[in-house]
This record gives sequence, structure tokens and C-alpha cells, in this order.
Amino acid sequence: MRLAEHVYSTISAIRSQLLFVEKVAEVRMGEMVRVRRPDGRELEGEVLAISGETVLIQLFGESRGLDLAATAVLFTDSIKQAPLAETMLGRMFDGSFRPIDNLPPFVPEAWAPASGHPINPSSRARPQEFIETGFATIDGLNTLVKGQKLPLFSCAGLPAREMVAAILKNARVTEAEGQAGAGFALVFVALGLTHHEYAFYLEAIRAMRSDFVAFINLADDPVVERLMAPRFGLTAAEYLAFEKGRDVLVVATDMTNYCDALREVATAREELPGRRGYPGYMYSELASLYERAGRLKGRPGSITLLPVVTMPEDDITHPIPDLTGYITEGQIVLSRELHQRGIFPPVDVLPSLSRLMQQGIGSGHTRADHRAIANLLYRHYARGRDLRSLEVIVGRDGMSEADRGHLDFARSFEEEFVHQAEARRTVGQTLDAGLALLHRFGFAAP
Amino acid sequence: MEGKITGIAGPTVTLAMPGLKMYDRVLVGAARLFGEVIRLGPEGAVAQVYESTRGLGVGEPAISLGKPLTARLGPGLLGAIYDGLQRPLPEVAAATGPFVLPGSQWPALDAERAWTFVPLKQPGDKVAVDEVYGSIEEDGIRHLLFADQAGVIATMARGPITLAQPVAALTGGATLVAAQDWPIRTPRPWRRKFSPTTPLVTGQRVIDFLFPLARGGTAILPGGFGTGKTVLEQAIAKFAEVDVVVYVGCGERGNEMAEMLEEFATLTDPWTGRTLRRRTVMVANTSNMPVAAREASIYTAVTMAEYYRDQGYHVLLLADSISRWAEALREISAALEEMPGEEGYPTYLASRLASFFARAGVVETLGGKIGSLSMILSVSPPGGDLTEPTTQACLRAAGAFLMLDTALAHRRHFPAINWFQSYSLYDQAMAGYFGKEIDPAWAALKRQAQTLLQREEKLREVAEIVGAEGLQDLDHLVMHTAARLRQEFLCQNSFAAEAFSTPALTLKKAAMLLTQHTVAEERLSRGEFLTDLLREMV
Repeated sequence: MRLAEHVYSTISAIRSQLLFVEKVAEVRMGEMVRVRRPDGRELEGEVLAISGETVLIQLFGESRGLDLAATAVLFTDSIKQAPLAETMLGRMFDGSFRPIDNLPPFVPEAWAPASGHPINPSSRARPQEFIETGFATIDGLNTLVKGQKLPLFSCAGLPAREMVAAILKNARVTEAEGQAGAGFALVFVALGLTHHEYAFYLEAIRAMRSDFVAFINLADDPVVERLMAPRFGLTAAEYLAFEKGRDVLVVATDMTNYCDALREVATAREELPGRRGYPGYMYSELASLYERAGRLKGRPGSITLLPVVTMPEDDITHPIPDLTGYITEGQIVLSRELHQRGIFPPVDVLPSLSRLMQQGIGSGHTRADHRAIANLLYRHYARGRDLRSLEVIVGRDGMSEADRGHLDFARSFEEEFVHQAEARRTVGQTLDAGLALLHRFGFAAP
Repeated sequence: MEGKITGIAGPTVTLAMPGLKMYDRVLVGAARLFGEVIRLGPEGAVAQVYESTRGLGVGEPAISLGKPLTARLGPGLLGAIYDGLQRPLPEVAAATGPFVLPGSQWPALDAERAWTFVPLKQPGDKVAVDEVYGSIEEDGIRHLLFADQAGVIATMARGPITLAQPVAALTGGATLVAAQDWPIRTPRPWRRKFSPTTPLVTGQRVIDFLFPLARGGTAILPGGFGTGKTVLEQAIAKFAEVDVVVYVGCGERGNEMAEMLEEFATLTDPWTGRTLRRRTVMVANTSNMPVAAREASIYTAVTMAEYYRDQGYHVLLLADSISRWAEALREISAALEEMPGEEGYPTYLASRLASFFARAGVVETLGGKIGSLSMILSVSPPGGDLTEPTTQACLRAAGAFLMLDTALAHRRHFPAINWFQSYSLYDQAMAGYFGKEIDPAWAALKRQAQTLLQREEKLREVAEIVGAEGLQDLDHLVMHTAARLRQEFLCQNSFAAEAFSTPALTLKKAAMLLTQHTVAEERLSRGEFLTDLLREMV
């Protein structure tokens, strides 16, 4: 531990957002530094690696205007921590946790490291409380539960943000507990959004009228801050959930921008690239964010995570959706084909999945016949979809009556069950709609 | 031995500390973080650190423990939940709260817990190295205590003992303790190794019938996300016919681990009626826990598994997933700036994997007993692409390949094991065993089932071109039976009562479906109508 701040002007090299500082004594990994430019303005940075007396610093911002001779580096002897208090609710911050709403900083009640600590697996409580989103494809077939991490896999041009906005508006924990109230809070993390998208979300958040904290990193904000914003968001979420007992929903959009920022920074550090140029540790990196969702035994509060991933080239095997799918507890996949047919939400239920659905449904959670209805809808719809390729070859007339029934079912399923436009459905309405559809096509129903 | 930190990069730390040996365990920094020496050179020693290096400073002290990373072995492992470094997670949580903080160290075995010790020697008896001098009973598992030094016994305990106290003293002052430490990267010795001859019954029909596994054998379960790797691994962990299960959640989801911990505390072992927890050792190093500990986790687990094997038991090691281990290896290799091989993985990936697989097998233990260690490892290939390095390296070493198929999973066919691509090298040997023990018709029925499934695939291609109406009656019958085989036999719901099937029940079910088919085929050839036959069969 040092008593005073250290100032050095021994920069030996500057490479994009990296600084090499020589002859530094007693420095710590992750230590925050302030870099003073020749014109007097300051920039933040963090210690990335230490080799003897040479220190590598990652800058949070552009290195434009820095030089070797006159730039000074000030080592603060502190690790970056997030200030925390319930008064941060209603506030908006940038990727470095600085207020951007023209209000003064709040008074912190606690401090916590932005990267957090892993939850002890034996302290986790099993997620099993149903969250109603209002969408039949999610509530009925890919049920979301408190403490789950369920990403939205979208493609460029698909209405992922409209879906997120609807979920923000409609999400209920259970019918009995009623609407989003004192116990609920939203943490919104914008990662490299365009101003247009940001304005859309902002409106949705304001319309929601429940407590929120926003961490905003827009497309033209520093790339390194894009890596920090979700960490601050999740640290805030952990505080609100596990210290203050709130049910926190974290929406992070768009994780593809986050991963691209990661690749950019890793390349600048001259690290070895892995698949498609993304760093080899991207799995661990994403896990360090996604795994912060959950519930704790013996404590109220929960963190439910809803990241949005735009699949590059509509490719679900691209490293970003692929690694995300390996960490999260399922995925909601949007389909361009359904969208083009005017179906909203355009959720393709076949590749979609909720791994924690089993615990959140059935009597006591939703309804006793939930599992049976979901299974039947899946089975018949999958059959109908399979037959579509056959229809292309042999034509509808060449098919048996039973097969034609499945084709019609698949179409009705998409147009009536999946499609719901603006209407919000309760889980009861969702299950009844499914049941009615099964009856109409003469399929055995539970 | 003491020294200090001179450099830090990612999970690796450079130390100025002369006299260190490779793989020595070190404690670095004021926070005393756990590390292991992985490189020695003129620039100093490089240690991989098992916890986040954030906040660690150069100039901080480091001390060497003078011995490699070990696992503590003895009674009390069953029912425990460890992290990758064998720290007992519930005890850590009770002391430091629900988040794992860096630098916490805990004894792996409860030193206060009382065990009943049964001596096999008396004061005055001679004891040789590796000779059994007594035993301890743990939940139906008998731990034999082997002497680690020779001498004449001076005093010997009897009845209740704890691990904190020696159970025997030798003349001359040396003592014998009921627990031991074993370096995790060193395979435990045995006298002889045998080829696997008895099946490892998993309770999954598709595996036991089509791709049987063997006690002492190895299998891999590769599949993209959502294909049900974890659910299948957990189902096997619940129902496999073995004495002890060691389950490693290696870089996987925390919520799934929580689910499993809860289930295992309530479900019972179908073979013995004991609670599942009581036959299981769990290692949980989730994806957000430090990568170096993830790298160590499978070695910690296999060492504990070998320990029970050495007591003469049948042990099954399940790891979910080995790809996350390989990625941890890649991360550490990159931090060391080693020359990368394919896709950035170090070139020693295949040899490390092969030597890990080699720790499985049926052995005659040093104590003259027969024990086995089987392994079932899930693989998470990026993008479901099986040509990637980890899957390929595993394929060369594993005895069975159970390929999980995304298309089957989308159709909600679980377990989504592809019946055309998968294989088991234990097939012949196990068919012989089942033929003798269950039913002589086992092998013939299995061939019939496989033929039907293959014919169905061909017919489906034909039907896509000419339409289902273009098929002959016999073909329709084949498609009908194959569909029933798929839906009623190969599918198995892990969340229902049928989640577990004994080999006898498996055979009965297959025989019922296939005999019906044979009979119908015969009647069809005698001129009966297909529609009547199909109506009868449902």
C-alpha cells in the first residue's frame, strides 16, 4: 500500500489505446490511472499488465493528442469501483459511471468492484418463479423465470427492439403480485447503439414508469467504455437485487457491439485471435457477464438477464450467438421469414429454447396442463414445418390428408398463436389459444 | 521459501524466487492467491494463478509450499461440493457469504467429523508400505487405509476417530493418518490394467442398446448448444450402475449446477436406494470462476475418482464440458505467449487429453482388488462443428462417440443421440455380455433395429421424390415401425418416470416392437391388408 499518488512521465510508447510506461515502482493489476495530456485535459486508464518496471496501460478513450515527453501518468493506487446507492435509480450514466443527465453525482452508500465476484454455486437458489412477458411464444413455449438469462437472437432489420420494449411494458412476475411495483427495477445497458435506437429505447423506458438505471454507451462513445458499461450495470443490479431485495431485469443491447469492441481492444493489444478474429477468451469474458444473473438462497431479489444479440449474416453458428447460447439458459430466435410475412413477434419456436422452463410451469406456477399443451404444439408444428419442404417437391395435392392437416396447422399456428401484434396475452389466454388450435385441427389435446 | 512478484499478465504471474520446482504450489501477493509454477527461465518463474489477479501488485511477497497441487483423499468426499481446487463450496459460503472471494483457503475434508475406524493390525505388528492397516466405513463405501511408511505399530486407535488425529503411531514416532494428499497431475498407481469387459449401464435405452458403454471405458458426448448435453450427463449421473460418481461442472452454468445440487439431495440411487448425494462427489467450477481453476478441476476430479477406484469400487467420472477445459488451456497458453497450434489451441492439447483419457480403465489395485474408472465427457464444439480441434483430439482417445444432433433436438427428440453417426468400440464385447446375462437375442434384435432405422432413412429420401403414396405396403410398415422405435424406444423423457430403464426392460421394449414388426411383415406377405395390420399394432 502506498501513501501518495505516483506521477510518472516516462511513457516509452503509445499504440492505439495502449501506453507503455517505464520505471514504475509498486503498481497493481487493474489500478486506475489518470493520464494528463499536454493541454491539461485528463483521461482515465487501467493497468493491464506489468513486467518488471514496465507497465502496460489501457486507456479509456482516444489517445489523440498524447505525446511521449509531456504527457504525465498518475497512478491512483485504487482499483476501479462502482459507487452504489438506491438513489441511482432514475439516473443515467455513461460507460464509466459518470452522470449524463445533467444532475449532480449521487452519494454512494457502498462501493463494489465493477467486475464482481462469482456467485458460489452452492449459494445459488434454483430459478423457478414464472415471469409473464405477454408473448405467447415465450410464456407458452419458452417460459422465462426469475434469475434466468435468456438472450434474444435477432438479425439485422428484425424488430428485436420492439419486442424488448413490449416486454418492458408488459412483464409481470405473477398475476397475483400485480404490476411492476416497488420490488422491481430495470437496468438498461446500451452498447454501441445508434442515436435513433437509443431514442426508441428511452421512450420505452420512460413509458414503463418503474424504477430504472441506464448505462449508455452510444456508437460514437469510446470503445473501451463499451466493455465497462455492462459490468457497471451488473454491479448496480447485484446491489439492487441482493442488498435491496429487488427483482432486477437487466436488458443489454446489443451484445454484438460488445463483442466487436472486445475484438478491437484485443487486436490492439496484439493478442492471438481465435475464431473470426475474436479473442480466445471470449467465452470466459461473456460468462463473466451472463453468469451474474441468478438468485441467492435465503435472500430476496433476483437478476434476470435479457441480452440482445444481432446475429451477423443471420448465422446462428457465428461465434457471438454461439458462445452466448453455450452460456445462457436457452435463447429466443427471431426469423426473417416470419417477419417478412408480417408476423409479430417473429419468433421461430423450433430453435428457441428455455432451459429453466420445466421449473417455472405447471400447477402452482402457471397451469397444470402447460407442459402437455406446449409439447403437443411443438410436435405438430415441427411436423408441419418438415412437410413444407416435401410440399415444394410433390405439391400439396400429392400429399396425404393427414399431412395436409399438419401443413395447415403450421400456418395457423404462425398466424394465430405466434402472431399477436400489439395484444398482450396472459399465460391463461396463451394456453387457451394453443388448446383451441389443437382442438380445431382434431389433434388429441390434454 | 520466499520471493516476490516481478510481473503480472492476465492469469500468470512472474516471480523472483530461486529454487522453485516445476508445478510447485505457491501463494502470491498479500491476498495469498493460489498458484502453480508452470515455467522456469532466466526471467524468473512463471506461475498460473487460480484466482483473479486484479489488485495484485509487483513487489508483493510470494511463498512456495514446496510441493505440487494436491487433492486431499479420505473419507468424507462423498456428498461434498468442491470448486476446481477442492475447496468445499458450502463451507466457504457459510464463512464468506454467497460470493466467492479471492484468497480463501479451506481444508477439503472435515477434520472434526467422527468416523468409525476398524483396525486390522495390532500394536507390535509389522506394517509395510502400501499395506492395509485398517478401514473406515463411509455410507456403504469401505475405505481401506494403506500405510505410507513401514515400521512396527506402537499404538493403534479403535472406534471413533477424526481425520485431525493420527490413527496409529509407529515405534520411532512416525504416525499414520486416515487421509492423504496426492498430486493431481500424477495418475495414481495400479498393479495391472485390463480391457473393459462388463457394461456400464446408463439407464438410457439408446445408449445401452445401440451404443453400450463399458466399465473402465471412455465416451464423449459432442453437441452444439441446446442439444441436451447437460441434461443427458446429469441423467447418467443419476442412474448409472456404479458405486461412486464424480461429476465436474467444468466452465458451465451456475443455475444448472444449483438445480443439480438440489435434485441430488432429494433423489435416490435406483440401484441401492441411497440418496444420490451420498454416492456423488461434485466439482463445480462454473464458467465465471477463474479459468486456471477450471483447468485444474478435471485433474482434481479424476484424482478423487481414482482414489475410490483404488478402494475396489466402480467409479464414473462425468465432465461437462471438456471443451471449456481446453479453452482454459488455450487462455493460459496465450498468456504464456506460446506458439499456437490449430485455432489458437496449444499444440499439446491432444497429448494432454490423451493422457487424461488414459487415467480411465479397469485395474487391479495395489491392494489386489478390482476397480474401474469410466469417463463420460461432454464436448461443446463451436457452431456444432465437429471438425474443430477439441472434438478431433477426443475422438482419437475415446472409446465411444455419442453424437448429439441439433436437428433431433429441434424436433424435441431427446436424448438427441444421432443413431447413424454415433459408435461404440465396446459394442461387440458388451453385446456378448448382454446376450449371456439378459437375452441371447440381444445382438440380433439390435441389428434388426439398426437395419429398420437405416431403411427408414432411405425410404424417406424416396418418399420425398415420389411422395408417400409411391411407397409399397412393406415400405409403409418399415416406416411405421421405425417411427415407433424412434418415438417410443430411442426417445426417453429425463423428467418422467421412464427416465431410467434397466437392460432387461430395455430389451423387453425393443423385443415387443420388433416382434410385432416381424409378425406383421409375415402376415403382409400372406396377403393381409396393411391398414388392418397398422390398426392392430397401435
